[in-house]
Amino acid sequence: MNPALLEVQELVVEFHVQGTALRAVDGLSFDVGAGEAVGLVGESGCGKTTTALAIARLLPENGRIVSGSVRFDGEELTTLKRGPFRRRRWKDFSIIFQGAMNALNPVQRVGDQVVEPIRLHEPATTRRQAWKRVGELFEMVGISRDRRKEYPHQFSGGMRQRVMIAMALASRPRLVIGDEPTTALDVMVQAQILELLERLRRELGLALVLITHDLSVVAETCDRAVVMYAGQLAETGTVEQLHRRPLHPYTARLMGSVPDIGGVRRLPEGIPGQPPSILRPPSGCRFHPRCDHAMEVCAEMYPARRSFGPEHAVHCHAVSEEGRIQDPAALPLIPSARALAAHDPDAEGLA
Amino acid sequence: MILRRLASSRQGLLGMAILSVFGLVALVGPFLVGPIDRAGASPSLLDPSAEHLFGTDRAGRDLFVTNVWGARISLLVGIVASVISMVIGTLVGIAAGYLGGRWDAWLMRFTDFFYVLPTLVLALVLAAILGPNLTNVIIVIGLTSWPGTARIIRSQTLTIRERMFVDRARAYGSSSLRIMRRQVLPNVFGLVMANTTLTIAAAIFLETTLSFLGVGPRDSYSWGRILEESFSAGALTLGKWAWFVPPGLAVVLVVLAFTLIGGAFDEILDPRLRSRGGGSGAPDGHAEAAPAEDVAGAPLAGRV
Repeated sequence: MNPALLEVQELVVEFHVQGTALRAVDGLSFDVGAGEAVGLVGESGCGKTTTALAIARLLPENGRIVSGSVRFDGEELTTLKRGPFRRRRWKDFSIIFQGAMNALNPVQRVGDQVVEPIRLHEPATTRRQAWKRVGELFEMVGISRDRRKEYPHQFSGGMRQRVMIAMALASRPRLVIGDEPTTALDVMVQAQILELLERLRRELGLALVLITHDLSVVAETCDRAVVMYAGQLAETGTVEQLHRRPLHPYTARLMGSVPDIGGVRRLPEGIPGQPPSILRPPSGCRFHPRCDHAMEVCAEMYPARRSFGPEHAVHCHAVSEEGRIQDPAALPLIPSARALAAHDPDAEGLA
Repeated sequence: MILRRLASSRQGLLGMAILSVFGLVALVGPFLVGPIDRAGASPSLLDPSAEHLFGTDRAGRDLFVTNVWGARISLLVGIVASVISMVIGTLVGIAAGYLGGRWDAWLMRFTDFFYVLPTLVLALVLAAILGPNLTNVIIVIGLTSWPGTARIIRSQTLTIRERMFVDRARAYGSSSLRIMRRQVLPNVFGLVMANTTLTIAAAIFLETTLSFLGVGPRDSYSWGRILEESFSAGALTLGKWAWFVPPGLAVVLVVLAFTLIGGAFDEILDPRLRSRGGGSGAPDGHAEAAPAEDVAGAPLAGRV
């Protein structure tokens, strides 16, 4: 594996809402090697975007990193002063924001909007040079350079997303964080954008963090994935490992919830219950109320990280020493889990 | 380019037509009619005739000449005072709206202070204190008419601030000042222009009022001053309609023209509404055709 470009360790992010601290990300660790694509996966509200914002120091005013470290190329980012950090963000790593529709200024020509980050980070660049570079960037992302002079409303959703990508690449970063870059685009355009990201990764040696709830996107583009549940790390491994041999019951359920078009026609299973409210998260492993493998210990403490192989790691009490999900029948289950294991529909109410 | 787009809207066209007539009078008129007559140049209170189109006033000055010069002064006061008001209002509005928090609170209390003072009374007092010459009247009008602009610009800024492209600009390293200049200002500019044209109308009106009340510029003739003199001379009871109708009508028409243009401005400065008018910045026609359809679906396009 490549030496890590981005290392996130034991990251804890809290939001202060009406006097109480809500823990949106709780002890998350993962790393991204140079040129590697890593997916950050989980249901809505599980802390994916918060993680990205925390890394980029763009959290809203009531949010802050409580503890943990974020290192880029070996250098600690969380303790960096404002000015130096601002100069590095976008130059080291940049972000493609969720929702391309609103992310462009409607009254500024798209070319000028890409010029902005270039000139901010390379003040020596003249307008003419920057404009020329925008042309190159546009062609790199598959937009004709003649369209620099147009306004955002003249672009379709997919084209706007390409502009956003061009903007993210403006200062030649080594890592791009894509926050749901293909959400709200239709499937064809989605495929084109993913293909583009894939190509840029190959050609520019770009590392990619892809935040998504869409497992197929991860399967298609990423080498590895980090599965989050309610702010906690559930499991991390290569896409292959997670697909073939998921260790965490949540990952297993997640994989089971994708309909299989090739196989037998059946309804995808889904995961009973709903993601917990961040206002009152469950104790211990936050997944335990919805887990059909939950035991007493799960409600009491968050399981430690256990590694199986160089890339595969999981936080789950129900995984055996040999790295297998144990049969629920052999475990001292708590009532909610027993109900779930028995496929009792009433169990949903217990979550 | 903007003018051409302005002409494509009916109210903009009408406003521009009226305004260009008065603009022309204000610019070249004084050269054609020569200086304002000295007192006693002609017999006083003449009725309109071929020699004196609008007749003469009590001092025997030709009123046509005075009205032509009045156009220059009234427009000058309106435009310069509005520019002052626009600059203050826009700066205060954007700063308050974007910076928020304590900045917002203080700036808006300051604005409210000016807002609650009746403009006319404040202007009267200031004009009386500073002395009634042209420069002072312009400054007084400029300093008293910005709070409305500031409030409008602030509220628009509040909505712009929440838009994604502002977050994104911050993410790639723009400072607050740069965001206000590069992201917020262009987005409120249409509103600023629309508001300015309306402010010009109000400023001309205010100048006329001040002059009518006798605290207008004493060193030059505006329409307001002509009205004031006709009023104090009892032109109405004397039946000297040519003394007060032309300046009164001129004020009404110019104020109307600026109001019409102000309404039209709002639309044309929005690039989303621009495509169908032609003459847009993009030289390649192909790009214009299709997305113009999108525009029809955009929420803003619904207006008349």
